[in-house]
Amino acid sequence: MILDLAFVWAGLIAFAVLAYVVLDGFDLGIGMLFPVLGDDANRDTAMNSVAPVWDGNETWLVLGGGGLLAVFPLAYAVILPALYPLVIAMLLGLVLRGVAFEFRWRTERGKFLWDWSFTLGSLIATLSQGLMLGALVQGIRVEGRAYAGGWYDWLTPFSVMTAAALVTGYALLGAAWLVLKTEGSLQTLAFRLARRLAFALLAAIVIVSAWTPLLDAQFLTRWFTFPAIVYVAPVPLLTAFAGWRLIASIERRRDAEPFLWTLALFVLCYVGLGISLYPKIVPPSITIWQAAAPDTSLLFLLVGAAVLIPIILAYTAYSYWVFRGKVRVGEGYHH
Amino acid sequence: MLLAVADSLAIDLARFQFAFTISAHIFFPAFSIGLASYLAVLEGLWLFTGRDIYMRIFRYWLTIFAVTFGMGVVSGLVMSYQFGTNWSLFSDKTGPVLGPLMGYEVLTAFFLEAGFLGIMLFGLKRVGRGLHFTATLMVAAGTLVSAFWILSVNSWMHTPAGYGINEAGQFIPIDWWAVVFNPSFPYRLVHMVLAAYLTTAFVVGAAGAWHLLRDQGSEGHRIMFSMALWMAALVTPLQIVAGDMHGLNTLAHQPMKIAAMEGHYETRRGQPLHLFGWPDSTDGRVHFNVSVPGLGSYVLTHDWNGEVKGLDAVPRKDWPNVPLVFWSFRVMVGIGLLMLAVGAWSLVARLRGGLSEARWLQRAALVMGPSGFAAVLAGWITTEAGRQPWTVYGLLRTSDSVAPIAAPAVGSSLAMFMVVYLVVFGAGTFYILRLMGRPLTGSDEGPDPSHPQRASGITPGLVMGAKQTSGTQEAAKP
Ligand code: HDD
Ligand code: HEM
Ligand code: HEM
Repeated sequence: MILDLAFVWAGLIAFAVLAYVVLDGFDLGIGMLFPVLGDDANRDTAMNSVAPVWDGNETWLVLGGGGLLAVFPLAYAVILPALYPLVIAMLLGLVLRGVAFEFRWRTERGKFLWDWSFTLGSLIATLSQGLMLGALVQGIRVEGRAYAGGWYDWLTPFSVMTAAALVTGYALLGAAWLVLKTEGSLQTLAFRLARRLAFALLAAIVIVSAWTPLLDAQFLTRWFTFPAIVYVAPVPLLTAFAGWRLIASIERRRDAEPFLWTLALFVLCYVGLGISLYPKIVPPSITIWQAAAPDTSLLFLLVGAAVLIPIILAYTAYSYWVFRGKVRVGEGYHH
Repeated sequence: MLLAVADSLAIDLARFQFAFTISAHIFFPAFSIGLASYLAVLEGLWLFTGRDIYMRIFRYWLTIFAVTFGMGVVSGLVMSYQFGTNWSLFSDKTGPVLGPLMGYEVLTAFFLEAGFLGIMLFGLKRVGRGLHFTATLMVAAGTLVSAFWILSVNSWMHTPAGYGINEAGQFIPIDWWAVVFNPSFPYRLVHMVLAAYLTTAFVVGAAGAWHLLRDQGSEGHRIMFSMALWMAALVTPLQIVAGDMHGLNTLAHQPMKIAAMEGHYETRRGQPLHLFGWPDSTDGRVHFNVSVPGLGSYVLTHDWNGEVKGLDAVPRKDWPNVPLVFWSFRVMVGIGLLMLAVGAWSLVARLRGGLSEARWLQRAALVMGPSGFAAVLAGWITTEAGRQPWTVYGLLRTSDSVAPIAAPAVGSSLAMFMVVYLVVFGAGTFYILRLMGRPLTGSDEGPDPSHPQRASGITPGLVMGAKQTSGTQEAAKP
């Protein structure tokens, strides 16, 4: 095979996961911010700003999971049992928050219950994802073709740190989304939240970045030996730049920029993660080539993905376009 | 350490967890596949005839669809990870064959549904009529495409084809066409899609009947009731034929499943057809049976004296749970026959005086409202329990498929699923029933061509809002 299919697929899965993180990130973030949004009208507006798109956002997670099963079945079969309680918690969290989108409009008396279900579900899902991230980076014990570690291997100070970082990051995405999509008092509130969260996220990024190289010799050599350091140096430099622009754009009360700079921060952190882990799909032992399904499977799905992903991106963009612009406070259900 | 080689308790818990979560899931697709197509038909009729009543019925069911679909999405998300969490060995071994099919399901169906759902639900005021109708059609197509792929996956587990096995013990694809169109797939696809249409028809029919019983005059309720009963009358016979052909196909590929469905313990000529009875696998007989001698052979081989294999053809360790398969099959077929009767009755009622006068028919339709769900569940239990003890029929045992997770962990996650599902889906079902309880009075505004694209202002609440003013308001304050 001239084309390294496993490599191409690793790129595609990485893309799906990134798309998931930033897209569902902002709607999970809004869920977590729900209790501090002030009155009910603000909550309605915030919910309305994501209602038409949340299902599409979550579909990237299905693609990430389904794709992993299709092209790296071994990784799927090792990672999910290793992170069993986290995966279950994440799924239940997503159930609780997903139904809230419809249910909270279906009852007056019970509305507050579904508001809490939205918030707690979002928080549980985010915490689980953050813990999973930490667990993956610190490594998963494998023997033969199966997970060989214990039940709570994923729970370490490092994974708790990554979970805290992810909660902060998603909340910031949510606040920045509200800045973009709303106006008036809700937007003012969102600016305030975004400012605090931006500082918190930058601090979290610094801590996680300093901590990661200490976990594994490979990470250390990737980042701190010559000549590698020359190639990877732009990542932290650009991160610092994006952080600075983010804060500045919040101070200047820009509509769209805070969201875009937060996205930039996520992308850069993700690239940094990729630099540390590549080519391991289950660190520290399984590489993408070891986990890959046979070429026939990879090729069969790649043909479809090559045609369909651009189409999907096109109509997803169209649906965001249909719902572009500001959501007005109180618009809609008062009719 | 809680992680261990799976013991039999862990296997049973994992099976039960899978059965529980997928049974919860299948309720929603069974309804949303049918409802999406129904909505497309309603919007098409509205565009074609210009009659507002169709838009009113469309909006009425659209809210219900939104609630159903939301529950379908979240319960389906759980399914796509269950393979890894509870069936990791299965995933490692079948991933190269089944994974790409599920990948195609995501790429061709889930994104399509999700991408256009927002426009379908919230876009009535934001896009023109043509575009809105396109969105509805895309969502309906998405549900059918999704059924296509997932049923192909499932059918491959029953009748594997087009595969090889590599050194690591994984199934590997050799002929994709043979994998996708494996022998039982066409039958299962037809049977399941018709099942979804019937399920929806009986729900819509019951809602129509409920309101007609209270107020005969309403045109909208008459239309709903009549459309639903046309579906019932026309589709039930097709479903029965499809089910019969499905059974003959199963006889060719999974004879032991048929033996369990029919309660045939011994291989013989002139098998009886047991109408009822209690299969007892310890004795290897069907107690208290009411049977027609020879009819079993006749149905299965079209020869009164044809030889039909019984369970004694294979070792006991390869037997499925016979009473479960036997009874769930009878529940499904029994409901199918009842549906047939209701369909026929509706044709007679149409000839004499019309449907809105037929009070007893309306009462019967009301009682039959949930029957589709029961038949779907019974059908799946027949199919899946009849496949045991294999996950890939004849090739991979269930006990070799399970993840290395110990019983306490599987048990506690199962308990969590049960609690959350009962609360969440219980509430959802309650909301759906309440929505169906409100009569059809609401707004009949369609997509408005005069301002197809507003510059700004997102109005997801609008659709809800319109409905809230139209009767939910009262309903919402019990
Ligand atoms: C015959 C139909 C059928 C069957 C047997 C199944 N599903 Fe399903 N599924 C659908 C028909 C469907 C659907 C009609 O397409 C749904 C219902 C509501 C929706 O969003 O799409 C759906 C939703 C749905 C979703 C959410 C998609 C989204 O985010 O929009 C996932 C991940 C799955 N399913 C996965 C599964 C898995 C892993 C199954 C088997 C083990 C399964 N489904 C059985
Ligand atoms: C009355 C005549 C019917 C017959 C003879 C019949 C026959 C069958 C058979 C033989 C199977 C098992 C196939 C296998 O596993 O290999 C099956 C499965 C199933 N049936 Fe039926 N059926 C009938 C009616 C219905 C009705 C009315 C519904 C629902 C409305 C329904 C829904 C299902 C479903 C969902 C399955 C599982 C999926 C599948 O394997 O197709 N059936 N049916
Ligand atoms: C959607 C309707 C379905 C229902 C209601 C259903 C029901 C069940 C039930 C009752 C069992 C337990 C059988 C037993 O232990 O005796 C089971 C097992 C299983 N089914 Fe299904 N099933 C459905 C569809 C599917 C589909 C679409 C797939 C594959 C994509 C699938 C794959 C499995 C697997 C992997 C198991 C676990 C292993 C096993 O016990 O065989 N099922 N299902």
